[in-house]
Amino acid sequence: MATGSNKNAAAAQTPELSSFLYLPLIAGWLVPGAGHFLLGKWKRGALLAISIVCMYALGLAMHGKLYTSAQDILDMLGMAGDLGNGLLFLVGRVLGLGSDPVQITTADYGTKFIVVAGLLNIIAAVDAHNLRTGRKS
Amino acid sequence: MFHPSHFTAVFLFALFASTVFGITQRDTPPRMLRYGVYCFVLFVGAAVVLSWIMFLIAR
Repeated sequence: MATGSNKNAAAAQTPELSSFLYLPLIAGWLVPGAGHFLLGKWKRGALLAISIVCMYALGLAMHGKLYTSAQDILDMLGMAGDLGNGLLFLVGRVLGLGSDPVQITTADYGTKFIVVAGLLNIIAAVDAHNLRTGRKS
Repeated sequence: MFHPSHFTAVFLFALFASTVFGITQRDTPPRMLRYGVYCFVLFVGAAVVLSWIMFLIAR
């Protein structure tokens, strides 16, 4: 049975790089893997960062679309997924990437790669938060 | 510019998604590895099986 004292003990074992509880969550969202890096989980963070950044970059390389507006429900869902990429999404928008209309099959794959990279990044950021709070060891 | 085949796209998708699932859904490295491999096999296996089913239906 997981007690409150066990959770507190696990939380106490994490590096005290910051007293702000949500910093790993926010950092992990903005930069893939950063939440785990802050907690000293270097290998996990590196694997997460490589996976998410590669997926996002491959999506753009396939001429996937970055959602820029939410006019119907599917666009809203796509936009929510894209926003999960954090600063990667912002950099892509600033550089004008992913603005071409989808005309070939691989571009549709690319759009899905970008959305899923954002969703995976959110999962990774929540995992970093769970590590920070001691919910996960 | 990158134009992968459907199988290459499935393979890459499964590889990256399984890596994240393995790390985030299990606690210890051996269990992470096992779960990651399990997810990868399910991703790719499901795509191959469904592809064959669609191929046979279309004939």
